[in-house]
Amino acid sequence: MAENVVPRVRVPRDAKAGDSVSVRTLISHPMESGMRRGSDGNLVPRQIINRFTCAFNGEMVIDVEIHPGVATNPYFQFDAKVNQSGSFDFTWYDDDGSVYTETAEIAVA
Amino acid sequence: MTQTRRQFVGNGLAVAAAFFGLPHIANAATLEEAINAFTGGASTASEGITLIAPEIAENGNTVPIEVDAPGAAAIMLVAAGNPNPDVCTVNFGPAAGSQMVSTRVRLAGEQEVIAIARMPDGSFKQARQNVRVTIGGCGG
Repeated sequence: MAENVVPRVRVPRDAKAGDSVSVRTLISHPMESGMRRGSDGNLVPRQIINRFTCAFNGEMVIDVEIHPGVATNPYFQFDAKVNQSGSFDFTWYDDDGSVYTETAEIAVA
Repeated sequence: MTQTRRQFVGNGLAVAAAFFGLPHIANAATLEEAINAFTGGASTASEGITLIAPEIAENGNTVPIEVDAPGAAAIMLVAAGNPNPDVCTVNFGPAAGSQMVSTRVRLAGEQEVIAIARMPDGSFKQARQNVRVTIGGCGG
């Protein structure tokens, strides 16, 4: 398991029904591409987050398949349509099998 | 020095391999494979998709990229000049507010960034932009 993996998400606190809200997510992760050589001259084994998903009240917003071309601390910003109050569930899948999750609430008037 | 026919043929092959460069062939092949895996070889239109990338990126380790393809079902990002051209594939679900995504990618050097959107009707749209990179990413 990679060290110091901290997911961070930002969604608006409230919104109007039917609004499209901007969601920003970031997870601190080295995203070792498997192509870099360490100080001993050997390739550092690949270890990246290979999938990220976001769902709102169980309904999929986005599902991203990630390759080593995504930068360290993968960041994603996208829009979600909210029709009622509820929670966002964010999930990141690591190469080593670890799963990191985060949730965020939004109140819809 | 006289050459045997065997030597001559061997040298010719070595020169040909050096000229075409195996890594070069591999890279072009993987780029095409990566795109074909997504599009299935279908042709792509160039309208209805916007790719926002900097013309010059100071640091290839983190280059901000934004893609907007209204109505798309999925978007694939490809970095044509990376050793592994795949970057990411974004699938949009029913709760997506718009078909826009913004992220940060690694670029090994000056190259074209390609975004391909798959529409729900099975057609494809493509946008390309050249990005110059001052310091390449991908270690090295």
